[in-house]
Amino acid sequence: MTKEFLNKKDIDRILARIAHEIIEMNKGSESLGLVGIQRGGVHLAQRLASKIKAIDEADIPVGSLDIALYRDDIGLRKEHPIVRRTSISFDITDMKIILVDDVLFTGRSIRAAMDALMDLGRPAQIQLAVLIDRGHRELPIRADFVGKNIPTSSTENVEVRLEEDGVEDGVMLHSPK
Amino acid sequence: MIQMVKDLVSTRDLSGEDIDLILTTASSFKDVLKRDIKKVPALRGKTVVNLFFEPSTRTKTSFELAEKRLSSDVLNFSTLTSSVVKGESLFDTVKTIESYGVDFIVIRHSLSGAPHFIAKNTSASVINAGDGINEHPTQALLDAFTIKEKKNSFQNLTVAIVGDILHSRVAKSNIYCLQRLGAKVRLVGPPTLLPVTVPEGMDVFYNIDEGVKDVDVIMMLRIQMERQGKGFFPSANEYFKYWGLDANRLKHAKQDAIVMHPGPMNRGIEISSDVADSPQAVILEQVTNGLAVRMAVLYLLSGNRK
Repeated sequence: MTKEFLNKKDIDRILARIAHEIIEMNKGSESLGLVGIQRGGVHLAQRLASKIKAIDEADIPVGSLDIALYRDDIGLRKEHPIVRRTSISFDITDMKIILVDDVLFTGRSIRAAMDALMDLGRPAQIQLAVLIDRGHRELPIRADFVGKNIPTSSTENVEVRLEEDGVEDGVMLHSPK
Repeated sequence: MIQMVKDLVSTRDLSGEDIDLILTTASSFKDVLKRDIKKVPALRGKTVVNLFFEPSTRTKTSFELAEKRLSSDVLNFSTLTSSVVKGESLFDTVKTIESYGVDFIVIRHSLSGAPHFIAKNTSASVINAGDGINEHPTQALLDAFTIKEKKNSFQNLTVAIVGDILHSRVAKSNIYCLQRLGAKVRLVGPPTLLPVTVPEGMDVFYNIDEGVKDVDVIMMLRIQMERQGKGFFPSANEYFKYWGLDANRLKHAKQDAIVMHPGPMNRGIEISSDVADSPQAVILEQVTNGLAVRMAVLYLLSGNRK
């Protein structure tokens, strides 16, 4: 069974709100950097950057981070995750980095992302923004900015569709029959 | 799929998609190698043994560094200091090493087929680092990576492999790999150093000037002195005179042609110093790329292990 949880408009409103919250919490956009986790997080980070620019008239640097090499389940899976590009063209040292991901679930991806970031420099702070928090954390990790909390069972699957991938924006919840 | 197989023994086993995945993954690793911290935890807790039954400098150091950059534990084993000199068989050596619980065996052996034999007799992932006159798959993959970086695509590309093709495992692995990728491959060399049967669709040239005419890539091979001695050519000087690549001969190739060599080079035998050090030569880049490609292969094969 598939249920649409958020549509294009919802996602747009949520990102606008998060952009405001980011500026509010950081008292402006100075020394902020957005880093999206491959793949969905990268698109969301870019959208957040343009929203922040619209509010604060500041260009916030955006990078993409691949966490495949930092995962803790290598060798437990049948296949290896594809290694995608990490492309962060700015020095993250002493910056306030906002990690952006589409879905926060067990927290293991975020742990991997923080390790990956630390190998690239020493940020002053790392904050976390996610579009969906679906619960079921396995590590002591929480998001600073949450788009929407969706209560799920662990057998369900949350799918974030973004038009950058050639589909209409939407968040779907797939449940087994 | 490469991610679903245990070993890399031959480039013949790789599909075009496999090679593409290896090259794409390698370019991500090349980025990692440009960072201040050049190490990633991908193979943490895994153990790799480098089993070298033949002398090697660059392949061995390249594998060893790739393994260390991936955070694996590395064991080195070379014949001169091992029980092999006491007469231990290859099978027993491998079984002994396997008992340590190794995840990867990187092997170089003077006998063609040794990696294949080992792959069948161990649960570890086996990577062929060169076996006799048979294959050297990671060399072919790093060559393909280097060509792709320089030329973007393999379509409409002509590659001349020049020299001692008969004894060259590098040539064999490259032929399979480049043909799979869609490049046109020529073999250039004296008749005594060319294989008796030539794969279909491949042109053969006995004259180097004609052989490199209008090609995009010239892949020079090392004259393998250790496998020589059977009168394949009269002397090193004579070889250079008729078969060595010098600046004049290079002019026959396309203006933007690149010159490759798997190393170690015999300057003044198969290649002149001015060509080896010219801007068209990508020989040192091949070495750098080798590291990234070997990291990619280790990473992708490790997916099969539990």
